Amino acid sequence: MSEPTAVAPPGAHGVHEAHHEELGFWRHYVFSTDHKIIGIQYGITGLLFLFFGFCLMMLMRWQLAYPGAPLPLIGSLFGDSRMPGGSMLPEFYNELGAMHGTIMVFMGVVPLAVGGFGNFVLPLQIGAPDMAFPRLNMLSYWSFFLGGVTMLVSFFVPGGAAQSGWTSYTPLSDIATTGQTMWLIGMIFLITSSLLGAINFIATTIQLRAKGLTFMRFPFFVWAQFVTAFLLLLAFPPLEAAGIMQLMDRVAGTSFFLPSGLVVSGQVLNHAGGGNPLLWQHLFWFLAHPEVYVLILPAMGIVAEIIANNTRKPLWGYRSMVYSLIFLGFMSFVVWAHHMFMTGMGTAMAAFFQTTTMIISIPSVVILTALIISLWGASIRFNTPMLFALGFLPMFGIGGLTGLPLGLNVADIPLHDTYYVIAHFHYVVAPGTIFALFAGIYYWFPKATGRKMNEMLGTIHFIGSFICMNVVFMPMFIVGMHGVSRRLFDGGQGYQFAQPVLHLNVVSSWGAWTLALFQLPFIFNFFYSIWNGEKTSDNPWDSTTIEWAAPSPPPHGNFLHTPQAYRGPYEYSVPGAKKDFVGQFEA
Amino acid sequence: MDIPYTVDVRPDTGLTNGKIGIWLFLASEVMLFGALFASYILIRTGAPTWPRGDTILNVPLATFNTIVLITSSVTMVMAWASLARNRFSTFRLYMGATVLLGGVFLVVKYFEYSHKFELGLFPSTNNFLAIYFTLTGLHMLHVIGGMAVNAYFWGPGAKLWKTNPEWFMNRVEHSGLFWHFVDLVWIFLFPTLYLL
Repeated sequence: MSEPTAVAPPGAHGVHEAHHEELGFWRHYVFSTDHKIIGIQYGITGLLFLFFGFCLMMLMRWQLAYPGAPLPLIGSLFGDSRMPGGSMLPEFYNELGAMHGTIMVFMGVVPLAVGGFGNFVLPLQIGAPDMAFPRLNMLSYWSFFLGGVTMLVSFFVPGGAAQSGWTSYTPLSDIATTGQTMWLIGMIFLITSSLLGAINFIATTIQLRAKGLTFMRFPFFVWAQFVTAFLLLLAFPPLEAAGIMQLMDRVAGTSFFLPSGLVVSGQVLNHAGGGNPLLWQHLFWFLAHPEVYVLILPAMGIVAEIIANNTRKPLWGYRSMVYSLIFLGFMSFVVWAHHMFMTGMGTAMAAFFQTTTMIISIPSVVILTALIISLWGASIRFNTPMLFALGFLPMFGIGGLTGLPLGLNVADIPLHDTYYVIAHFHYVVAPGTIFALFAGIYYWFPKATGRKMNEMLGTIHFIGSFICMNVVFMPMFIVGMHGVSRRLFDGGQGYQFAQPVLHLNVVSSWGAWTLALFQLPFIFNFFYSIWNGEKTSDNPWDSTTIEWAAPSPPPHGNFLHTPQAYRGPYEYSVPGAKKDFVGQFEA
Repeated sequence: MDIPYTVDVRPDTGLTNGKIGIWLFLASEVMLFGALFASYILIRTGAPTWPRGDTILNVPLATFNTIVLITSSVTMVMAWASLARNRFSTFRLYMGATVLLGGVFLVVKYFEYSHKFELGLFPSTNNFLAIYFTLTGLHMLHVIGGMAVNAYFWGPGAKLWKTNPEWFMNRVEHSGLFWHFVDLVWIFLFPTLYLL
């Protein structure tokens, strides 16, 4: 074909005709193929699921702080099959636990970090008019949506939702109630969504980047999303395979994960046997360890953008950060069995996996160190996005460093499956990733709406959340080191050794409920600012990356003139320049 | 607004968007079937006894099916080559043959499956049959998916040939890549399940 492709005349291909302006409400806002609308759809759905998952956790925190006590006010709403007389049944507690994990990871953080920010920001940052496959993009969102609905509906099937933990370990999950089947079907939808999304992100990054935007001129956020997409692409299919096998076990009566002679409630199960329960764990963690990096890498990308912007300096060690990121992506595929030290897989295997685990901590430390050194000597602007980005650094640091004992076989054995583990990964994901996501929302809100969020409310949101997050999770380290298991539905009340730390459960719970209160300024600020926020220019943060060259909000097709990249992403405070920033897009 | 490089290749990568997309999709498919093959190995090595495939499964039928699928891969290439030579009616013929051969594969598989069921051999009978039905079942879903896409390009999708022949050729090439992958999976499945 000889016609120019970047800005083709309308109707040139006879398929993509230029009827955008006449799109009705449904095609424009609901079944949209525009990456910005889809990004916002992902973002809002993700936020709603985060809120829902948070509510499940607040219910659990009541039971852990005051085991068996009837829940005041709303306890009776849950019905006798879940909370007779307002007191929680263990089965319901297990449902809440399994679904809190599933919802937060697969339906909250990943859709918001990858689906939301990836979709909205990535094409803009590389100067593309849209994603490479817009209809596939729409399909990804709706597949995610269906998966989410399936998971929600599962609360109302007989026996309730899945109860076998977000890890769904076999053989327990093989013999669980119908909710587990719904979980598997929901997961297949979510996996499909992630796979299609990952293909789209990689193709878009490689193909649609603006002229002059070489790989080493990518903003760090683009790199983070690019590596994340590869992790999703290659790590999710094994879980899909495992999900299909578990579905076969449950529906077709196969024995992939059921060992011979399995006894359930005193009866030998009538099945062929010969299966391997550990096979599930291997396949699950083969996904779920890269998934940890899917949760953290986009967050690092967001934080890097905001730190460069608000320190008014180039990122320190951009190249080492990018190489670390790529190395981290590769290594994340060979560390999975450090989640399985307790399975008795043998010292040789354990030695291998603890070595790879120690190696993978190096690139994470490189990235975190580079971000901290970037702050050195800067005159920092402390706006709301920057506060959250700065909050991310020590919180992720705590989460990461407390993970080291868990990666070492000997230290892991006493700590495994205790509250220590909960505290460790929540420091990474909750005040880590979720703070970065908040930072991203405050930072790119003006691009999506043309208005800024309120700084005062944002500061209250940050300070309150920062304190409460630590009140929730810091005590759990102590509870965990006393040996209290994370699976106990009474928070350890029945055990003598747990008595000295039981009061810390109450502290954590009140921390969690106060944390909820401090999200109210955010929710109000978010909706208020959409319509009434302070109007801003196209580039309110004086930023250098290409997304700020587009109008706010960007129209369909994003840019008024096809952008081009002339330099690296972070040309701040260039000596001799007229302003303290030179945009990547400025000739 | 048009998306760049749907039809032309990007000069510095030498690829169209669709070409990258389909190869990435195939990479994820390799991981999907790879995980199932790995599971097969783990379950088999952990089993005290494991039947040889040919004592339970019908090797001549599967050999026939292997030939059918390989032939369909050849007709798929011929369909694409016909487009490259600008012979649309020959394309129709070869594409139709590709879809039909896929159908023949499914019919043979149907008789294989129903014969097993008649003998009382179900996925729940033992783990050999469990992995057999899971792997071949998933492969069959891929065959059906490939047939649906090919049938679309044989029928309504062929309209694109008149307005944008190059784009249509790219699409046929991509669906062909998928079809060859499906064929390749079977070429691994056949010895693994039927002969070893």
